[in-house]
Amino acid sequence: MGRITLDKVSKSFGDVEVIPPLDLTIEDGDFTVFVGPSGCGKSTLLRLIAGLEDTSGGHIRIDSQDATHVPPAKRGLAMVFQSYALYPHMSVRKNIAFPMKMAGVSEEEQRRRIDAAAKALNLTDYLDRRPGQLSGGQRQRVAIGRAIVREPAAFLFDEPLSNLDAALRVGMRLEISELHKRLRTTMIYVTHDQVEAMTMADKIVVLRAGHIEQVGSPLELYRAPRNTFVAGFIGSPKMNLIEGPEAAKHGAHTIGVRPEHIDVVEENGIWQGTVGVAEHLGSDTFFHIHNTGLTDTLTVRALGEVTLSHGDTIHLSPRAEQIHKFDAQGLRIE
Amino acid sequence: MARAVTSKRKIINTAAAWTVGLLIFFPILWTILTSFKTEATAIADPPVFIGFEWTLANYATVLERSDYARFLWNSIIIAGGSTILGILVAVPAAWSMAFVPSKHTKDILLWMLSTKMLPAVGVLYPIYLIFIKLGLLDSRTGLVIVLMLMNLPIIVWMLYTYFREIPGEILEAARMDGASLKEEILYVLTPMAVPGIASTLLLNFILAWNEAFWTLNLTAAKAAPLTAFIASYSSPEGLFYAKLSAASTMAIVPILILGWFSQKQLVSGLTFGAVK
Repeated sequence: MGRITLDKVSKSFGDVEVIPPLDLTIEDGDFTVFVGPSGCGKSTLLRLIAGLEDTSGGHIRIDSQDATHVPPAKRGLAMVFQSYALYPHMSVRKNIAFPMKMAGVSEEEQRRRIDAAAKALNLTDYLDRRPGQLSGGQRQRVAIGRAIVREPAAFLFDEPLSNLDAALRVGMRLEISELHKRLRTTMIYVTHDQVEAMTMADKIVVLRAGHIEQVGSPLELYRAPRNTFVAGFIGSPKMNLIEGPEAAKHGAHTIGVRPEHIDVVEENGIWQGTVGVAEHLGSDTFFHIHNTGLTDTLTVRALGEVTLSHGDTIHLSPRAEQIHKFDAQGLRIE
Repeated sequence: MARAVTSKRKIINTAAAWTVGLLIFFPILWTILTSFKTEATAIADPPVFIGFEWTLANYATVLERSDYARFLWNSIIIAGGSTILGILVAVPAAWSMAFVPSKHTKDILLWMLSTKMLPAVGVLYPIYLIFIKLGLLDSRTGLVIVLMLMNLPIIVWMLYTYFREIPGEILEAARMDGASLKEEILYVLTPMAVPGIASTLLLNFILAWNEAFWTLNLTAAKAAPLTAFIASYSSPEGLFYAKLSAASTMAIVPILILGWFSQKQLVSGLTFGAVK
């Protein structure tokens, strides 16, 4: 079981309040992602749950037990760090065995769980190596193995893929998602990468300056961002946010249209502009469009290969039903 | 990127390194050579380098006249004792400075180092008086304490630098893995810090072994270590060059052997943090 409840949890470093009191419930078995720009307090929040930082106020409950003042060792959570944080003087086998040794698991049981974890993570051939002799991806697998064997109430991941190269990152992302499907254990995952958040999460928690901006499933956040911050943060490329007369036409202070919700038309588009940079990805083409009179740069996604080059005039039609409206405070208008 | 080293450059570098090495080593070599000369050859002008009649007479005389074993034993006790005592005090100090630093940690470190800038003779008088009061004059205990205090700033600095290199996340990982503070120190921190602790031990043993100011001023006969043993062969007339050299050689050989076998440790200790 691993239901985690934060009740008015806050954190200050000296006079600086990095997390104002916040409430959050993480359901048992959920894959929850904390996402936000750097410095938004997402890692601090994770460290509060882990017990590596003391709360300045509020209560943390793990499976309805008050864990606010329980030391990290006794919370029954496992953590995977960005830097892997393996024990450099121990072999892979000993690294994985360490939490079980601390918990007093019998040697026989330790061996059984190590073998199972090594098999699941493709580490069987590396059990007698030291972390220094492994690649980044393998090291991260060892860190995950070390977390799995202790059979924790929840896994905490602190930007675990940031140190890996792009190709490896995609692979490990899938591995972690598969691990979650198999174990069905609560996982909390911190990242600044909204693609990771969208692809892995059951539930995303968007944070800014210690505040929770929105909580919801990836598609909820994509379809109905609660404010302009979430609107701009979730989705790639970013949503176009337009202010001024065009927004006023829709009775809003700001309107938002995602690049994929603007169609490129032959002529008589509602909007028009000149093509700036075109990014050809094969499956899609992203156009950065200037001189629209709406914003500095409007991003548009066209399916497939579209042959328009720099300086060409382009006609555009936003899909009316996909226009998001926000008021002067940046809040969504339904 | 590695810089390309041409073979010509390599030869020049090697020659330069050997020259510097020999220059530094020459006084020690000269001492060792002189110890095998007769007193007359030792003061010969021009000096004789190698072509002399080798003799062990100086060693025989020195061993006969003085109780070498007692001086050696005192040196071992004083250098070893002050080093071990120093480590016991410095480990917790460096530990807390590295892992739970306060606003004033940097100031304390600098203040400690500043005490090394004071000429030792500046505190000779008060320490001498304290020693008389406490009955510590010419005692090994007294020297162990004084040398420990003299070297403590260096021990703390070295250990602090070592501990700082240990990433905090590894300690946090141990905590998450269910380790208590004791287990964290025993299974994770100490094994990772062993090379640092070892080279600190070595360096301080060598410093304490060679220390002459306090050992000469605070001992007479009972607690005198090898430095006093050497000093007893120096005389204003300079008549006993060969015997003085024999005594010096006997005093430095043990530490030279220790240094030779642990040079890898020493170098890694001294350059730790500077070169990664």
